[in-house]
Amino acid sequence: MPADPAMVVRSPEDSPGTFGAMRSLFLRDLRVAFRQKQDLLNPLLFFIMVVSLFPLGVSPEVSFLSRAGSGILWVAALLSVLLSLDHLFRHDYDDGTLEQLVLQPQSLFLLVLAKTLAHWVVTGLPLVLLSPVLGVMVHLEGNSLGMLCLTLLIGTPVLSLIGSIGAALTLGLRSAGVLLSLLIIPLYIPVLIFGTGTVAAAAEGAPVGAYIALMGAFLVLAVTLAPFATAAALRISLSNS
Amino acid sequence: MWRFFHKLGSPKWFYGIALQLRPWLLWVGLALLLGGVVWGLAFAPKDYLQGNSYRIIYIHVPAALLAQSVYVMMAVAGVVTLVWRMKLADLFVRAVAPVGAVLTFLALFTGAVWGKPTWGTWWIWDARLTSMLILLFLYFGVIALGAAISDEKSSARAVAVLLLVGVVNIPIIKYSVEWWNTLHQPATFKLTEKPAMPAEMWVPLLLSVLGLYLIFGWLACLRMQTEILQRERRTRWVKELVKEAGY
Repeated sequence: MPADPAMVVRSPEDSPGTFGAMRSLFLRDLRVAFRQKQDLLNPLLFFIMVVSLFPLGVSPEVSFLSRAGSGILWVAALLSVLLSLDHLFRHDYDDGTLEQLVLQPQSLFLLVLAKTLAHWVVTGLPLVLLSPVLGVMVHLEGNSLGMLCLTLLIGTPVLSLIGSIGAALTLGLRSAGVLLSLLIIPLYIPVLIFGTGTVAAAAEGAPVGAYIALMGAFLVLAVTLAPFATAAALRISLSNS
Repeated sequence: MWRFFHKLGSPKWFYGIALQLRPWLLWVGLALLLGGVVWGLAFAPKDYLQGNSYRIIYIHVPAALLAQSVYVMMAVAGVVTLVWRMKLADLFVRAVAPVGAVLTFLALFTGAVWGKPTWGTWWIWDARLTSMLILLFLYFGVIALGAAISDEKSSARAVAVLLLVGVVNIPIIKYSVEWWNTLHQPATFKLTEKPAMPAEMWVPLLLSVLGLYLIFGWLACLRMQTEILQRERRTRWVKELVKEAGY
């Protein structure tokens, strides 16, 4: 395996600078993710399967699906992001890369942000791209279909960012998976409420500007605050081992 | 001032203080709580609209108020843990997290009982009910995370981070009844205005709220003392204490 650009030891003079480090970390994470294509595919398959459970389990009627469809897609996306969170820091923690990251001169806040962004690109973004197809399958109309994709586009990064806090807190623990869900689901609920609320408002023809603005506010808050908590949690988890 | 602060970090010193404080908290709290509840349940006037069913307010409001403020207190203790690494702050969080969870459950339960005669349903997915439910989940998360990490120090700090993240929910609960159109009525007590009910109704409510706060203080002291004894069981003063007690 060739040496990762982000991990090469450099003398302080030619250190890559904060944004250089963010970029190389981001690209490295993408490269690592694309080397294990099955891991990339699994959350997507899970997303599709969960969505297909609802028409089979509850009711395949058009009237039900077109009303509940956006909620089903949102819940499925939320669960699928939740499942993928365990991978966010796990491999780097196991092979010691994470310790090197924490020791980097660049701010851990921005490095965490780059890592979370990479996580979103490989898990959240594919969900957003896939959602129109599944939206058609659950009989969402044109307007609410577009709104669903938009809310998922704004909402999934928030899910990744909030989830990174939980992933960092449960790092290295036994039964981390269930615990992670316990910690994170309560924090996901507001995003879910406003995400599906936006689609519901759009379906009724009500103005959605305020909802979109609120979702945007969630995103801004998550980008500015969540990496702080994640960085602090990473330091705690590493001092634990 | 600073000496007091340093002393506060010592579990042994706190153990002694709590021992002296406890009877006061218990008896004054019990007197206030019983006075408030008995006055409220038996002597306060009937509500013109809800009749007698409103009387559950004397249990519902104190529990709900305390459920939220216990979380805020825990978050403040979390800041203290992160900044000053004070052992006592973590002891407090450990001791009161289950108490807070029980109070939240009590608030939800009495709310459901109250909801049945007034709204005609045990539960609705209304903003305040939902956010109280999230609060309950947050308490569960704090307890679960604290139990999962075996190392005492990192467990304390991890729980503190989670508490601070979760504190976002408190303003949402507090203002949910004002921001959204919901079935739940707005807050009973405000600092700036007089309550919208006659004094015979709100004075017993105030008494029971204060009483429950004191009882909570008593319970927190008791549980913290237990926690201190468990954690410091290898120190000399605890061993002597046990010997004095004759075990």
